Amino acid sequence: MPLDLVVNVTIAGVLTGMVYGLMALGLSVIFGVVRVVNFAHGEMMTIAMYAAVALFTLWGVDPFLAAIPVGAAFFALGYLMQAGLINPFITRPEHSQFMLMVAVALIMVNGMLMAFGPDARNVQIGYQLESWELGKILFDKPRVYAAAMALATSGLLFLFFKATLVGKAIRACADNYLGARVVGLNVKHLYALTFGLGSACVAIAGCMMILLVDVTPNLGPSYTLLAFIIVIVGGLGSMTGALLGGVLIGLSEALAGLFIQPSAKSMFGFGLLILVLLFRPQGLMGKKS
Amino acid sequence: MLSVDRISKSFRGLKAVSQASFDVPAGSIVALIGPNGAGKTTCFNMIAGVFPPDSGRILFQDSPIQHLRPDQVCVAGIGRTFQIVKPFAGLSVLDNVMVGGFLKEKTVSGARKISMEILGKLHLESKADLPASSLTLPDRKRLEVARALATRPRLLLLDEVMAGLRPTECDLIVQVFRELNRSDGLTILLIEHVMRAVMALAQNVVVLHHGEIIARGAPAAVVRDPAVLECYLGEETEV
Amino acid sequence: MTPRSRILLALLGAFLLALPWVVNPYLLSVATLILYLAYTGQAWNVMMGFAGQLSLGHSLYVGVGAYVSAAIFFHYGIGPWAGMWLSIALCVAIGAAIGFLAFRFGISGVYFALLTIAFSEFFRIGFDHLQWTGGSGGLFLKVAQRDQIDLGNFRGPPAMYYYAILSLTVSALIFCSFLLKSKAGYYWLAIRENEEAAQALGINTFRWKMLAVVISSAMTAVAGVFFAFYYNNLFPEQIFHISRSIEIILGPIIGGVGTLFGPILGAAVLTILADGITEILGALGWEIPGIKQVFYGIVMLLVIMFLPHGIWPPLARKFGLGK
Repeated sequence: MPLDLVVNVTIAGVLTGMVYGLMALGLSVIFGVVRVVNFAHGEMMTIAMYAAVALFTLWGVDPFLAAIPVGAAFFALGYLMQAGLINPFITRPEHSQFMLMVAVALIMVNGMLMAFGPDARNVQIGYQLESWELGKILFDKPRVYAAAMALATSGLLFLFFKATLVGKAIRACADNYLGARVVGLNVKHLYALTFGLGSACVAIAGCMMILLVDVTPNLGPSYTLLAFIIVIVGGLGSMTGALLGGVLIGLSEALAGLFIQPSAKSMFGFGLLILVLLFRPQGLMGKKS
Repeated sequence: MLSVDRISKSFRGLKAVSQASFDVPAGSIVALIGPNGAGKTTCFNMIAGVFPPDSGRILFQDSPIQHLRPDQVCVAGIGRTFQIVKPFAGLSVLDNVMVGGFLKEKTVSGARKISMEILGKLHLESKADLPASSLTLPDRKRLEVARALATRPRLLLLDEVMAGLRPTECDLIVQVFRELNRSDGLTILLIEHVMRAVMALAQNVVVLHHGEIIARGAPAAVVRDPAVLECYLGEETEV
Repeated sequence: MTPRSRILLALLGAFLLALPWVVNPYLLSVATLILYLAYTGQAWNVMMGFAGQLSLGHSLYVGVGAYVSAAIFFHYGIGPWAGMWLSIALCVAIGAAIGFLAFRFGISGVYFALLTIAFSEFFRIGFDHLQWTGGSGGLFLKVAQRDQIDLGNFRGPPAMYYYAILSLTVSALIFCSFLLKSKAGYYWLAIRENEEAAQALGINTFRWKMLAVVISSAMTAVAGVFFAFYYNNLFPEQIFHISRSIEIILGPIIGGVGTLFGPILGAAVLTILADGITEILGALGWEIPGIKQVFYGIVMLLVIMFLPHGIWPPLARKFGLGK
């Protein structure tokens, strides 16, 4: 196997992994703070991808620009979903919440099937096929742009949680629900805000992803599982863990696709999930609960 | 019956129990007392198999039990209640006790019969078909005891059963224990803060402080022991 | 059981027995599907409702059960009555492995659910590459002769399959009813309510949880065998897919997890309503793929939000039917 092929695949894997990381970051934020197991996470990403396709097909909007309105829209939707649907479930047993999101995911996936049909859709932009060359090493332009956007968004999110008052309030809720309420924080509002932020992350990740792959309705469940694998491997509640996990998964998928059969690559992810759940359930960067 | 031999337990470097040794003779009632954080529940948990001691042995009827699981400890003949009661909320009172009864009874009818008997002893038989979640705290405590009794233990571990009970309720339950000890020969080891119950029930008292045993003996003597008084002075006690 | 429920049950039983002579072939196939879902739901219910372990990867057992029995019939001509035992053995082994890993390592709740999903996905992709069972192209059994009954190889008219699944479902009902009232039932409920308290009462929770897992996987394996010989074609993408797992749990969730009649009621209500809606929409000229699943999702959502214990408990209370 020629070395430059391996290097190219590695680079592609890492870059794609950063977009995965952004997607997983959204889940980490949601799961880490609100403790909702968002089983509809991948479906939300897929809807964002379709939204980007629609905006491009109708008005020729580049997915990078589309990320802004789509992100904003998803923020609102996420907020509403938490406030309207999920908040009443905070006191219910864990698997009740989980099943709620399973139902939501079911509706989303098949809603997309109904609206867009089963065929693959994509966007066709000029720079998608271009790449920068460094000798025999290739850097695909869309991948680099997407990874850069993912990193930028993650950076903004970090800043938000570290530096702003609201961000700190949200972290307080995550640490101690009762305590937060006692000091007067409007936890329900903050939860909804967090869900909105997580959804916005997913939406932006989706707009980036459409540059790299075609979208079909059944991508939803696959991405949900992938997001969970990343978050669990990387460590729950750890934002760096989510990004690191994303890169790790992106990389291993790419390499597995190269060295084993391409269609078996997701088997690797599941195998990793099983191992992590068994031997290090707090993930690489998580705290032992 | 129970012989605790120099058990120690540390949690992350903090010594919770240090070289504690005491005996619980068959048919007796022994109380384990001490200020909060003295290590009483830690001792209980070691005896009950929740976690093993770092060193030392626990002998029950001359057999070592320090490495047994909680369910194995129960099978060996030790029943326990929890400081924060853990009823099976979705089940009826009778069903709760039957779960315990199945340890020794083979059939459903057998378990039911013995469970009703025990509920009778604890004055809960009229509430047999009520859901456990609908009971008041004193009744829940009695249910907890009934459930543990259904496993026909030789030794019963009671963890702060009196906490939260009014004096009259406390006296009632003390009567029940005295009766069980007298008629069935049930050995009892109890952790208690409520001195009223300790004085009424215990034949022997062991005092723990900062994980170490600082006094032991008959109740009247122990409560006058200057070392015991010193460890309680300056702290809230319930009398 | 109350006298009222006895009468209702007798009536229902008579109706079900007479069904093949009373309805047209399409409705017979719907009835067969309802019973299949009811049976599989009941099998899942043992693990969830009885032992409190949420499995979202039950399609794994259906798939393995189906593929194993179908493959040895396909390659060696060994009939399903014998093949079934191999299916059960394998599914029990897999279930036991998952249970062991989960319980020994203290994985529960959502993490357990994710673990089961991971395993079923792993097998899905694995079978896609397993050439001995046809890989992703699928495994095909010769379609049954409609008029001849070959019980040994489980081939025959649709009515035969209907009665087979009917007997399975009824046996499952009787078996579960027996389990619930026995020591096992009490112990499982105790473990579900409070595992720590259960241990203090002498219950080896690991062993009993494993028992529930083993029973559940064995029962589901049989469903897989039925599936293989009824539908005659198997594709890893379909049979191991997570939507299959979700389909299995819809009945119990809507009907009532942990109850005896919940899974059956749920399966019946859901399938009848869903088919009804597709019929109506089809008559109006709307053939939309995915609408049935959206309907499932909405019903599931509504039930979870407003009737968290399923539709059976309030129904049973209202009509005085007992558990």
